[in-house]
Amino acid sequence: MADDTLTHPRTSEEPASGDASAGDPSAGDAPAGAGERGLRTWTGPVGPASWGLGDGQAIPWDYAPAPEARDIVRLRPRYGLFIDGRERQSSDGAVFTSVDPSTEEPLAEIARATSADIDRAVRAARRAQSKGWGSLPGKERAKYLFRIARILQERSREFAVLESMDSGKPIKESRDVDVPLAAAHFWYYAGWADKLEYAFPGRVARPLGVAAQVIPWNFPLLMLSWKIAPALAAGNTVVLKPASTTPLSALLFAEVCVEAGLPPGVVNIVPGPGEIGMALVSHPGVDKVAFTGSTEVGRLIARAVAGTDKALTLELGGKAANIVFDDAPLDQAIEGIVNGIYFNQGEVCCAGSRLLVQESIAEPLIEKLKDRLATIRVGDPLDKNTDVGAINSKAQLERITALVEAGVEEGATLYQPACQLPPRGYFFRPTLFTNVAMSHRIAREEIFGPVLSVLTFRTPEEAIEKANNTPYGLSAGVWTEKGSRILLMTRRLKAGVVWANTFNRFDPTSPFGGYKESGFGREGGVHGLHAYVRLEDR
Amino acid sequence: MTTRAPATDAAVTDAAVTDAAVTDAARVDLAHETARELVRGWDGRAMSLGHLLGRVTPVDRVGVEERVAALRTRSIKKASKLWALDLAIRMTDLTTLEGKDTPGKVRALCAKAMHPAPGDPAIPHVAAVCVYPALVAEAKAAVGASGVRVASVATGFPSGQTFSDIKLAETRAAVDAGADEVDMVIDRGAFLAGDYRTVFDEIVAVKAAAGPAHLKVILETGELETYDNVRRASVLAMAAGADFIKTSTGKVQPAATLPVTLVMLEAIRDFERQTGRLVGMKPAGGIRTAKESIQYLVVLYETLGPRWMTPELFRFGASSLLNDILMQIEKERTGRYADPDDFSLD
Repeated sequence: MADDTLTHPRTSEEPASGDASAGDPSAGDAPAGAGERGLRTWTGPVGPASWGLGDGQAIPWDYAPAPEARDIVRLRPRYGLFIDGRERQSSDGAVFTSVDPSTEEPLAEIARATSADIDRAVRAARRAQSKGWGSLPGKERAKYLFRIARILQERSREFAVLESMDSGKPIKESRDVDVPLAAAHFWYYAGWADKLEYAFPGRVARPLGVAAQVIPWNFPLLMLSWKIAPALAAGNTVVLKPASTTPLSALLFAEVCVEAGLPPGVVNIVPGPGEIGMALVSHPGVDKVAFTGSTEVGRLIARAVAGTDKALTLELGGKAANIVFDDAPLDQAIEGIVNGIYFNQGEVCCAGSRLLVQESIAEPLIEKLKDRLATIRVGDPLDKNTDVGAINSKAQLERITALVEAGVEEGATLYQPACQLPPRGYFFRPTLFTNVAMSHRIAREEIFGPVLSVLTFRTPEEAIEKANNTPYGLSAGVWTEKGSRILLMTRRLKAGVVWANTFNRFDPTSPFGGYKESGFGREGGVHGLHAYVRLEDR
Repeated sequence: MTTRAPATDAAVTDAAVTDAAVTDAARVDLAHETARELVRGWDGRAMSLGHLLGRVTPVDRVGVEERVAALRTRSIKKASKLWALDLAIRMTDLTTLEGKDTPGKVRALCAKAMHPAPGDPAIPHVAAVCVYPALVAEAKAAVGASGVRVASVATGFPSGQTFSDIKLAETRAAVDAGADEVDMVIDRGAFLAGDYRTVFDEIVAVKAAAGPAHLKVILETGELETYDNVRRASVLAMAAGADFIKTSTGKVQPAATLPVTLVMLEAIRDFERQTGRLVGMKPAGGIRTAKESIQYLVVLYETLGPRWMTPELFRFGASSLLNDILMQIEKERTGRYADPDDFSLD
């Protein structure tokens, strides 16, 4: 997962200074990445070629806009830090702005934490841990977690709308995936809180202490719940830094903590740029560091933590192979491919960004895929019919655009459907590259955008070789009707998660995490609990 | 493939099929040749039926149902909703298939079919009425030149468990009585026994017997049970010359469902891609609300695109659906729900 911060520390603080429109490929009428960028964009009729629509012939039916109402969210003009159960301004009074990526309008001003605030938050967390939360019976901790889960469900629409406004993801995903899964994580870990001795039979599970958690902007609330739920269940307290482009759902979560009566200091939220995240993980009062974000930042954190007794888990980037064999259920594989790479605008660490297709079915599969791409609806994240929303930030849009240009320059064939993009906001067309070689940048680097690279293979052995030939190892997908082949592939693929005949499915009971440069440690399931306890003999 | 000799003249065209002068024998030959062409067209070379069915892509149940669940959440409002409801009326095959059907019931149904909301010129007539063969003449007389077509079930509806020559004779009689469309059932017993040749040959023969009438082939998906079977039967029926494939008789539960319809639409899409032939789709049975009908149209639109958004290529087999659509149109126009009794039952 790309993180917000250390690489682009000023993403959201940056006002419209300088070349707002020059750097924005979606400005004006030109399609994203077209024109002076030298990209070839498909300019035929709207709809798949096989629909037989002639020039200028409009589709006789299109869905009227169906926007989800924004008024359920009461945005305040200003949000503070959440430390020791209270909202407070940062020690130097500094603020930054969070922007709606679909309109480029500012949403709110957020206090920008300083090192002094980090210190205060860590000390509050320490106090709460040693003076209560850590020694509270598990069943009492469970009550708080159950309460949080219930409040998240009760306020699910509010969270979904806010998440879509702040991150640009389509409402149907925040409504049907992010928020329900976030609540599910709290339900799940609430259940473990009083059963730790059964999770680790024969051992005594002690909390680690204070956890420093830094989360990315792609699933702001969901990543928060992946981090906070197991930590609290095991008796830790947390200081969490949300990404600087998407702090709002974490700050709304602070309200939930207050509503649930959570003791002060158990959860602390300190928004800020990357260097604040670095200050947090380097703080000597921290016992455990959990980071989800880019491999680049993950390395810096590992370096900062090295030589200390802090426990560390890293969930970093990925370049997953989605492997389709010739006996696969093709039409469902198409859906899986689309869900694998265009879900959340492709801003998913485990996105199936490399499609490996058996050569014998490559042609019909790519044809089907192109037809399917033409039906994807890109636009207002709050429209219930939107499939692909806005890219999270201008910086990320620029990165995607640059990598797509590199793909064209290296000789891959670009395909983009001719969908209308909104005139404002950070949008990018769903993109498909064919004739991709393993050596191309678009086949090796994590793009973190709606860009799919299609490669082919001839035999299962070749598929395994190509799938594993990447510095990453987070996830993979296998599409085949043959059960024995699924088992073979899952054994041989070097990836933390392997999906069979599906993709991008998440569940709180299932561990998630990577190999190699995708990090280490697992989140979810009992494994996720393990990362937040110290096991002692009885 | 058939065992019959090929048609005498390769240049025989579709137009000839409608020519009343064509003899029965030539008609049978033509149907066989067309089917042979379709099988061949499937991927450009002559193939056996077994080979053709061996290449039918499998269907993943979870994936199909997830896709349908996603499409169900599409939100259709305002002008698009009114357009869809109007189209749904024009696509309806208003149906009565009961042992107690009488000429009076059929005449009443035809009146409703021609004027679903009498006095409201903005409401179109439905596509067709669908009746048992014995009532075709009555229906034909009632609809006259209104543009509403008459569809007849045939071939031992609903089970199909009768003799082949009776099925053909029934088909011919229905067409002679004036049926514009024939809704046949496949021999599910033969299909499930793996005897695809029997099913295939029977469809070819019925297509020949139906002559100029449009042939809809009912798969009875509720009895085929698996999506793999549904997809395979769809390919079989299309390759044998079906003009439409249809889910159900309405006599078996489950009847039409969205996932089954999606599987059949995907088979139609592949068939068109490989043979160039556009085959129609008719979900039938169990579709009762306007909301459901719009969900079917969404699945149709996102799978086959706007070319299929016409009564020539998509129908609803339904009886109670029509009044719910009328109520919804009224609601869209006035903002208020009407009393169900404001609309005639048939």
